[in-house]
Amino acid sequence: MSLDATHISEDNIHKYVDECLSPEEANAFKQLMEEDTELANKVAAYQLQKSLLHELYDPVLDEEVPASISAKPPSRQSQKFLLNMAASILLISTGVILGWSLRDNTIEKHSVIVKLVQPAAAAHVVYVPEVKHPVEVAADQEQHLVKWLSKRLGNTIKAPSLTDYGYHLVGGRLLPAKRGAAAQFMYEDEMGERLTLYVQSIETVEKNSAFRFFEDDKTKSFYWIDGDLGYVLSGTISKPRLLNTAHSVYQQLSF
Amino acid sequence: MDNKDWEIQLNKQIPGLRRYARALAQDIQSADDLVQDCLERAWKKRSYWKEGTNLRAWLFSIMHNLFINMVRRKKLANNFENQLALNSNGNQSSGDSSHIVHDLAKCLSRLKPEYREVVLLAGLENMSYKEIAKVTSTPIGTVMSRLSRGREELRRLMAATGEPKLVRVK
Repeated sequence: MSLDATHISEDNIHKYVDECLSPEEANAFKQLMEEDTELANKVAAYQLQKSLLHELYDPVLDEEVPASISAKPPSRQSQKFLLNMAASILLISTGVILGWSLRDNTIEKHSVIVKLVQPAAAAHVVYVPEVKHPVEVAADQEQHLVKWLSKRLGNTIKAPSLTDYGYHLVGGRLLPAKRGAAAQFMYEDEMGERLTLYVQSIETVEKNSAFRFFEDDKTKSFYWIDGDLGYVLSGTISKPRLLNTAHSVYQQLSF
Repeated sequence: MDNKDWEIQLNKQIPGLRRYARALAQDIQSADDLVQDCLERAWKKRSYWKEGTNLRAWLFSIMHNLFINMVRRKKLANNFENQLALNSNGNQSSGDSSHIVHDLAKCLSRLKPEYREVVLLAGLENMSYKEIAKVTSTPIGTVMSRLSRGREELRRLMAATGEPKLVRVK
């Protein structure tokens, strides 16, 4: 069988490139290419595409498969969930035990809310929607930011890293507080969801408190006292996620 | 086939699924997410697979559906990124093959998703046109016209990156 010019259909070009033509058809096609430079160029370009695709992606075949990929039955996922649950229960019970020491101190708790948590929540609501000026000093000057805020608060403070939770530091600002100054660090995830960490010097009887939760109609906050500083982590994400993040902040700042 | 055998069969397919997903989704994370989603769906839909039929093609058709969903979700974001890639690419040209390969990845990401799929299934996965039609649930005529447009578009995009070696006459 031979192919004449009328047989140069698009389909045949691809069948030739993909080696689907019979040997006779392929030979006839080669003859056509000898007479038709444009056709030959086209075929060469398509053949090159194929070989480049293999050059580019075949190495993936020899890559070690990452741990995130598994052919095991998906019920493993629920085991992971149970593990997370267990970790959360441990975390909450730690909080309960810590909190036990402050169980009678409701008056102090109330004053902490007024002095520390409400200003933090208010600052959160004011600055989080800010598009142009969410922070005074941006994260690219983190060292300067932390040094400056530490100086103004009269306490060494740090900006914890929340990248494990998907949040990067946007920056921070100095805020007025009942007693001197307070600092606000702002974090943001890929979706633009923001968290703020508010830090303020505070005088309380109890120097170390448990995580406590405060919620108003706009914001959820976990707050705690560590030494001379009160911390408030505020956001609108779910309570368990916020608690996990707060726990990480607490660990990074105290240890 | 018991659970263990099924797991072994799926495991064998992972490197191939990863290669295709990497070329399809371009970035490693989305690609590996596609593979993992595909494996999980393969467990859920296991009863739909007929023993003795081509497992690879069956998994690729699952991957196709997942990819189409992903494209729908990412449509806006992707277009934006592609635009950025185009703007930053400029008209640099270079003679060494690593650059051509790099250009190929960029140009590939700018192909319409339905063209990219067919170009990859034929050119990288060496699937027959009939198999491609099955995997993508499209009539064979559509497969052929997508292949034709996809390859030509890819050729045009790569030529536009200013690579003279692309036009090679035998």
